[in-house]
Order: sequence, then structure tokens, then C-alpha cells
Amino acid sequence: MANTPDDRKYADSHEWAFLEDDGTIRVGISDHAQELLGDLVFVELPEVGRTVGKGDECSVVESVKAASDIYSPVSGEIIAVNDSLEDEPELINQAAYDEGWIFVIQPVDESELDELLDNDAYLGSIEE
Amino acid sequence: MGTPVCRLFMQREKMIKKTVLNETHRQLGAQMVDFGGWDMPVNYGSQIEEHHVVRQGVGMFDVSHMTIVDVQGPQAKVFLQYILANDIAKLTRQGKALYSCLLNEQAGVIDDLIVYYLNDDNYRLVVNASTRDKDIAWLEKQAIAYEVTIGERPHLAMVAVQGPKARQKVCPLLPERLGFSAAEIKPFNACWFGEWFVGRTGYTGEDGFEIILPEDKAVDFWNKLIEVGVKPCGLGARDTLRLEAGMNLYGQDMDESKNPLESGLSWTVAWQPETRDFIGREALDGIKKETGRDKFVGLLLQEKGILRGHQKVILPDGTVGEITSGGYSPTLERSIAFARVPGHIGEECEIEIRGKVKKARVVSSCFVRQGQVQIKI
Repeated sequence: MANTPDDRKYADSHEWAFLEDDGTIRVGISDHAQELLGDLVFVELPEVGRTVGKGDECSVVESVKAASDIYSPVSGEIIAVNDSLEDEPELINQAAYDEGWIFVIQPVDESELDELLDNDAYLGSIEE
Repeated sequence: MGTPVCRLFMQREKMIKKTVLNETHRQLGAQMVDFGGWDMPVNYGSQIEEHHVVRQGVGMFDVSHMTIVDVQGPQAKVFLQYILANDIAKLTRQGKALYSCLLNEQAGVIDDLIVYYLNDDNYRLVVNASTRDKDIAWLEKQAIAYEVTIGERPHLAMVAVQGPKARQKVCPLLPERLGFSAAEIKPFNACWFGEWFVGRTGYTGEDGFEIILPEDKAVDFWNKLIEVGVKPCGLGARDTLRLEAGMNLYGQDMDESKNPLESGLSWTVAWQPETRDFIGREALDGIKKETGRDKFVGLLLQEKGILRGHQKVILPDGTVGEITSGGYSPTLERSIAFARVPGHIGEECEIEIRGKVKKARVVSSCFVRQGQVQIKI
């Protein structure tokens, strides 16, 4: 069974969103997604300072097999990106929920998180 | 309520094909994909690890989806001399193999294949799985005028064991007499015993064998190879290996809308003797005289990013070409590609990737052979 921690929310497009203590939201892709993609070899990070809407394409992860868009799970401003991925995209394969995070967003409206799936619902969606 | 009949029919039509090793792949935890209508393993874990295993040790691929066709009869030789762009008259020793394109009248590539010379009235072709139906139809249509039979061999399995350690692992596992002869054959040659057929060929740029064997022996043979340390590898690694080795993939690097001369395959066209007529020759003779023909090159990306098929190649003078196959090279740890570009291309070009432009260098399309990097990084 796929590893989906219950401390965060998920988008059906396979991103996870974790609410930090300071009200920012950290974003990455699920373990299930990295497994489907296979070995990651390149991550195109979003620009810090860019404003994105919920569901906007804002990053691209490329595996040996294909390029996949990453959609912002909430609206807001990108305030940090994981620079380590530039040289070590495989961090996403190794630790999708920790060192493999992709960007941090300052949300416009924290309640957008409620529209995302909890771990059980996400698990249900990928097992269909 | 039952399932509507029309849906049942659709399901049957779309039924995905499985090789005899399908269940074995699943037990090994392979990630399976639909590959031209076949349910095939794309990887069993890390594709990059599988790639390195073949370059440095030995890995194996289930390629039983490929189509094996025996062309037999007193006119087998003249028939193949007429339908293939390469000339099987070059095959004078039993077991010798030849790579060739199968062309249409316009010199478009119907498929690429390997032909083995068994004897004067018996040749074996190995063609692509995705082109099986049109290949068989074409061969049968052309065969009408000849005394030959086109015999598909769907009940044979095929396993490619590739890597510098492939031969030492495979030979002891072959039926006794075949093990001795397989140890002796030179590259691009084959030997056989009963229905077992071993070619020292492959699609990875490494030494190794492609072994054709009876379907009911395949699972046992595969498991014995695992026992001696041969690592199962998926079609994902097969693709990055062939890209590094500079080997074309049908449907990406060439198809019926492209001729061999603009696909990096001029070397496979046998122009001599001039008296040999073959399908596509007349068109090729015309194309050969044209100036300003596109050429087929290798590309090495000079920045971070990944080259992919269909990306635009931009020359310094603004003219453009297109990437046909691209990806990440695990050996070079860089992105590489094949591209069809204007003939006057120099050493530098740019690639448009999602609206951004990145620098690339034009290199030979043979990037890695026998574990050795062939280009200057």
C-alpha cells in the first residue's frame, strides 16, 4: 500500500500540502507519484516571488520516462524553493515527504486546504 | 444487469497481449506498461540501476513481444534481395546477421529488422512488435510473386541477455551442444540447436546474446539466469541504453514518412551492385541527388534539463530541426538526443524546452559503446 502520511492534504494530481506552524504551506509530490514516475533526473523549480493560483502549473519534474507538471495545490506566493533538487532530483525518490519537498507557498486563503483530499480519500483515489 | 455486448466486444478488441513471462515479471514486482499493445515491464525498481548493470555487469530483457518471421523457399534469397535495402548477398556464412530497413516504393521506412542467414532457402527475420501487422501484410503481398513462404513463429519466446558478463553467464545454461557453439560465435552471428537460437546481437551497445527459445522453456531459463546473478531489466533501461548506443527506434527516429538517408541509416543501404533492384531504390536514387537534405545528428545538452522527442532545434541562422528521441543518459549524467536537422548545421545549436532556450552541442549519435564514452564531454 502506498505511503501517505495523515499529517497533510493531497491533490488528486498527486501533490501533497503540509501546513507549517507559521501558516505557510510546503508542497511536494506523493510517494505514489514518485514511484509511478520512476527515477527523477531534473526538476524545474518555480521562481521565488511568483504568484500562483490554485491548480496553476508551477513546476516540472522529469523522470527518466517523462516530464510531469506540478500544480499548485493552493493560491498564494512562492516564498521558497528546494534548491537541493537542482543537483539531487533523486531526493524526491528517496524522501518524497521530507527532503524531497519542492516549494513553500504563502497562501492567500488557508481554507483552500480544506478542499484537498485527506490521506484516506487520496489513498482511495489512487486505488480505484 | 450484465455488461452491454458492445463493451464486451470492445474489451476483446483491445485485449492486451502478454508474453509467456508476464506472470514472472509481476512476481518480481515489475511496473508494467502498455507497450504497443503488449503488457511489458518498464522497470523492476530503479531504471537507472538497471541501465548501469547492463553497462558494467549483465542484465536481461524479455523481448518475446518481438516478431519472428521465417522466410523459406527456393527463392528466399532473391525475394529478400528485392524487399530489403541492405543486401543479404553480404551474408555468406551460416548464422551471419544483417541489419536492414524494409522500405516502401517512396523509400519510406516500413520497419527496421535483423535478418539471419540460416541457409540459401531459409532466412530468419526479427521485426518490431508494434509494426507486426503491417510488416506481415507487406511481406505476404510481396511474396506472391516468389516461391517463398512467410512463416511467423509466435510460439517462440525471446530473451536478450546483455552486458560484458553476458556470455559467461548464458553459455553454461544453454542446451549442451549449443553452449559450446555460442561461446565461439563472433558478434553479429548466430547458432542454433533444435528450436533454440542464439544471436550475438542486441540493442544496448554492449556484448551479449539474444536468445530465441521455445515458449515452454522460457520461464525456467529466465529463473536460472536470475540464479546466476543476471538482473531483470525493463524496457525503460532498454530505451536509455539504445539511445546512448546511437541505435534508432522505429516510430520515433524513422517511420514511413522518412527515408533512411535522413534517419542516420545511409550505412544500411547497399547501393552496390547497381544492378540489384530493390523496393525504394528508384526513390532513393533521386533523393540522393538532392541538395540541402536534412541530416541526423546526436545532441548533448550543455545546460540542466532533459531533451525529449519533438522539441525544436534552432540553428544560429534561425532555421530549425526537431529532436526525434531524447532523454537522460545515466552513463554521461547529461541529457542526450538524436535530431533531424538542416544539413548545414555546425557544432552549436539551441533547443526550445517549454518556452525556454537552452544550448546544445552537435555530436556523433554514438555516445557510449562497450561501456566507453565515445564523445568529448
